[in-house]
Amino acid sequence: MLTILRLILQRLILGAATLAVISLIVFFGIELLPGDPAAAILGKSATAETLAAFRHEMHLDLPAWQRYAIWASDVLHGDFGRSIATGRSIDTLIGGRLANTFFLAAYAALIAVPLALGLGVLAALHRNSVFDRVVNLITLTAISFPEFFVAYILVYLLAVSVNLFPGITSLSPDLPLWDRLFRSTLPALTLTLVVVAHMMRMTRAAIISLMSSPYIEMARLKGIGKVRIVLRHALPNALAPIINVVALNLAYLVVGVVVVEVVFAYPGLGQLLVDAVSTRDVPLVQVCSLIFAATYILLNLTADILSIMSNPRLLHSR
Amino acid sequence: MRPMTTARLAIRSFSRAPMSARMGLMLVFTYALVAVLAPVLAPYGETEIVGAEYAPLSSNFPLGTDNIGRDMLTRLIYGARNSVGIALLTSCLSFLLGSIAGLLAVAVGGRFEMILSRVVDVLMAVPALIAALMVLTISGTSVVALVVTIAVIDATRVYRLARSVGANVMVLDFIRAAELRGEGLRWIIIRELLPNIVQPLAAEFGMRFSFVFLFISSLSFLGLGLQPPTADWGSMVRENAILISFGNITPLLPALAIAVLTVAVNFCVDWFVQHSSGLKD
Amino acid sequence: MTDPAPQTEAPLLLDIRDLWIEAVGEDGVKPIVKGISLHLRPGEVLGLIGESGAGKSTLGLAAMGYARPGCRITRGSIRFKGQELLGLTETQLTALRGRCIAYVAQSAAAAFNPAHRLIDQITETAIRSSRISRDQAESRARDLLRRMHFNDPDAIGRRYPHQVSGGQLQRLMTAMAMVADPDIIIFDEPTTALDVTTQIGVLASIREVIRDLGKAAIYITHDLALVAQMADRIKVLRYGSEVEEAPTRVMLSDPREDYTRSLWAVRRFRKTNDGALKAEAPVLEIRQMSAGYGNRTVIQDIDLAVGARETLAIVGESGSGKSTTAQVICGLLAPSNGALEFQGAPLSPDRKGRSRQQLRDIQMVFQMPDTALNPRQRVRDIVGRPVELFLGLRGKQKDDRVGDILSMIGMEPGKFIDRFPHELSGGQKQRIAIARALVCEPKLVICDEVTSSLDQLVAEEILMLLDRTRKALGLSYVFVSHDLETVRAIADRVVVMSNGRIVEQGATDSIFASPENEYTRLLLASVPEMNADWLTRRLSEFTEIDVGPNFPPI
Repeated sequence: MLTILRLILQRLILGAATLAVISLIVFFGIELLPGDPAAAILGKSATAETLAAFRHEMHLDLPAWQRYAIWASDVLHGDFGRSIATGRSIDTLIGGRLANTFFLAAYAALIAVPLALGLGVLAALHRNSVFDRVVNLITLTAISFPEFFVAYILVYLLAVSVNLFPGITSLSPDLPLWDRLFRSTLPALTLTLVVVAHMMRMTRAAIISLMSSPYIEMARLKGIGKVRIVLRHALPNALAPIINVVALNLAYLVVGVVVVEVVFAYPGLGQLLVDAVSTRDVPLVQVCSLIFAATYILLNLTADILSIMSNPRLLHSR
Repeated sequence: MRPMTTARLAIRSFSRAPMSARMGLMLVFTYALVAVLAPVLAPYGETEIVGAEYAPLSSNFPLGTDNIGRDMLTRLIYGARNSVGIALLTSCLSFLLGSIAGLLAVAVGGRFEMILSRVVDVLMAVPALIAALMVLTISGTSVVALVVTIAVIDATRVYRLARSVGANVMVLDFIRAAELRGEGLRWIIIRELLPNIVQPLAAEFGMRFSFVFLFISSLSFLGLGLQPPTADWGSMVRENAILISFGNITPLLPALAIAVLTVAVNFCVDWFVQHSSGLKD
Repeated sequence: MTDPAPQTEAPLLLDIRDLWIEAVGEDGVKPIVKGISLHLRPGEVLGLIGESGAGKSTLGLAAMGYARPGCRITRGSIRFKGQELLGLTETQLTALRGRCIAYVAQSAAAAFNPAHRLIDQITETAIRSSRISRDQAESRARDLLRRMHFNDPDAIGRRYPHQVSGGQLQRLMTAMAMVADPDIIIFDEPTTALDVTTQIGVLASIREVIRDLGKAAIYITHDLALVAQMADRIKVLRYGSEVEEAPTRVMLSDPREDYTRSLWAVRRFRKTNDGALKAEAPVLEIRQMSAGYGNRTVIQDIDLAVGARETLAIVGESGSGKSTTAQVICGLLAPSNGALEFQGAPLSPDRKGRSRQQLRDIQMVFQMPDTALNPRQRVRDIVGRPVELFLGLRGKQKDDRVGDILSMIGMEPGKFIDRFPHELSGGQKQRIAIARALVCEPKLVICDEVTSSLDQLVAEEILMLLDRTRKALGLSYVFVSHDLETVRAIADRVVVMSNGRIVEQGATDSIFASPENEYTRLLLASVPEMNADWLTRRLSEFTEIDVGPNFPPI
């Protein structure tokens, strides 16, 4: 057990370090790029006085590391600063949107994960069958589609041709859960389609490599039935690879929402980020990027830790 | 047993390839042809305003006109040149960067490899789209910034692959034999390592291209990629998306063009990977 | 073993007739078993022997009605107790496997499931198929484990596969095969992955348990001496066909076929002693050498000298440090302590600090010819590169030089110079690797297990080639090997290593005739001999042979 704890602690520290480095990159990456952010933000028409005032307000007159310290401690205290473009506090801007984005990702994941795992395992167990080939062709095609293509096809089919679901997602905070689910169906479906293909292919590959291991052949030669081989001999060893597949795709989902949110005008963090980039709203971009990156890192970290914990060799060390 | 010329080998492989791969290859060639011959094939100029906004399909405008009255078909044809060209340029650059860094890391080893790998780990911990958006916020959306940014982001993925494939070759005894002869770094990389990892790298190139192509298309769709008035498939979808809600699917054509090319490339890669893994025994 | 008095009256347990099996490869379908027949009576052990590609494992698996993915049984008949197995459904076969015919695989470490305790895996078949309770199955398993010399069956059963050693796993797998009380057990090279001193204990307990319980078995191996200990009858296979079959003693004393005789003859090669040794100064000297990886010391206080024109063998089991010593000599691994001297001058421990002349003078030949040659280079470049680098020859001159060495190692230059490694057989690849080492006339060549990945006949040719080139070019070999028979055939002097230290060294003849060190004696006593009574005799002579698995406490 000690090895496991040590490994997990190691990953946690590594994850925290990565997050710290990312925050540095998010901050300085933007700071250090050529050009005067103040001038870039305010545009050519800005006078010297407004520039100076703006610099002072943004702490741009302080040395970079001090600005980073101020910014980082503010962020840690939940104070994300002010948006330049709208002048509003970033906290209020992202509050509800963050929840919406996670809602959408979770919605898609709930459909996608069981579907992908099921299809993946089936395809792997019936390798080279007609089912496997067809699924392979379809998923290969699906991962080749840009998200917006899938999204607009769904809009055309399910919102325009047949008016089943709304093509634009408008959400208000007091909407009941059922309505929320109904209105978010198309974006969730888009994400599902894109992510299922990836996840299924990875699951299939993981299971195939597992099923070709010598101890599975041994189990067959021991006279163990097919069902028991899968449940008892393959599954316990499949956990780690499957956890990895799921986490990787969840991480992909969280980022993948950006494009989908734009298509459906879904009021989430992704859309906010895209708008912020177009208006060069530096503080807002920094915060949104940090949130996305942190989620991504945390998901990968969780997967890492879970797969360590499900590895029998590590669980029962000498 | 007799050595075969590359050309004969290629023809033989092609004739044995599955339907999907043959279709894929033919499609890729068609796209290349359209891209090269764009000025000849297109009925109008790339940025020329030739009619009313959103003009319907007619003999003058086989696919209608776009949001400011440019011919859709013309824009679609020029898109092959711009969208695919930029993606190709970017993936080449990314490939060059990533594989050179990866091979150097493997061949030099030691602290150099460790530091480089840590840097890549951190860069890869940021989702590609977020990293791109961050950089483009400040650098602006010039073509150069776009190409360089995405190439660097994507190079981290190429680095990972080149390093892991290279490391597998690096532990083999013929590398030891070369070291014991006193061969230099250059010889080991170019003569010993490279020829043995060209195949997996080539397959990866196809995949990286698909990824970069989709990625740039998405950025363009978000309005942060190739900028108007350049004809580009991702931007075309964005500019004309409004038509879809009126039941007109012409804006989906550029998206379809993107999808078909990516499918074609993926089919080729899929076949190539299976083909080359089958040969290794 | 027991005198061959086959119970011809007993009904056949297993009867395979005219069996054909095909493998589907990249270049079409290829038969790998071509019309082999075999039969087995109760209590009888049949040895299947052959080199790689003989189809022996495929045949063993087919006896269970099993074909590996990519293989299929196309023709013939497999009858178990009169029942035809071909054509049975997968469910019917599943009911048969484990309970009637059981299997012991070559690599126990890979064949056990890492996720479950050993006792659960051992009893699984019995509980699933024989419909006995868990308690009954476990007590049966405990009994078997005791028979296999496990003193504390409960403790070992609670462990997971990665917590026990390779030799123990192999015994545990035998117990796993026996627990459902099958009629036939198929042993597929069960001791190939083990060191000789471990192997003898495993062999002994396998033989004991199948004899005591009166099981029939098929024992598959490439090692003649091994099969002689285990089998009543031996069948020799080659390229998927039967060469001959005879009772063990008859087969050993009086083989009919040339191929079988040639296999037997392998054991008879001995280098001729050319006497002119010892007088000259040593080519290489190592003093007080220690080395390791990270904090782990692998070799300690190694002192040895290699004389001019002599073959010095370093012999030891896995983990003895013999290969590490070879790496230190080549400069691939920096020692933590000690000094090297080459031809009377100090030799840098790091290859980068060695002169071009020194690099040219010390060459290495590796264990696996498959990985020692760059698959993307032709023979011309593989062998020609050292010529270019060390002798500065190019073009025609270089090719002539390469041609000369190819002729010397018995490969026609015109035929082979433009080939890629994948167009060569394993033995040819190893020849090319030797040619690469010899082409610039080195003084010292390190051979690291150069014959262990090759079939016996091919290995034999390589040994003869090495000895011939040593005389012709007047060079010295350091021959690293785990195989005592090979060492005995090729070496002038032997260094025995164990646990990173040299335990004994001396002239080959005297080491083999009268070993002084206890470990050397054990090692020599563990090498199977081509005599059906060897194991019986050995077990009675040597009480210190580890028959019981003293697994480490948790």
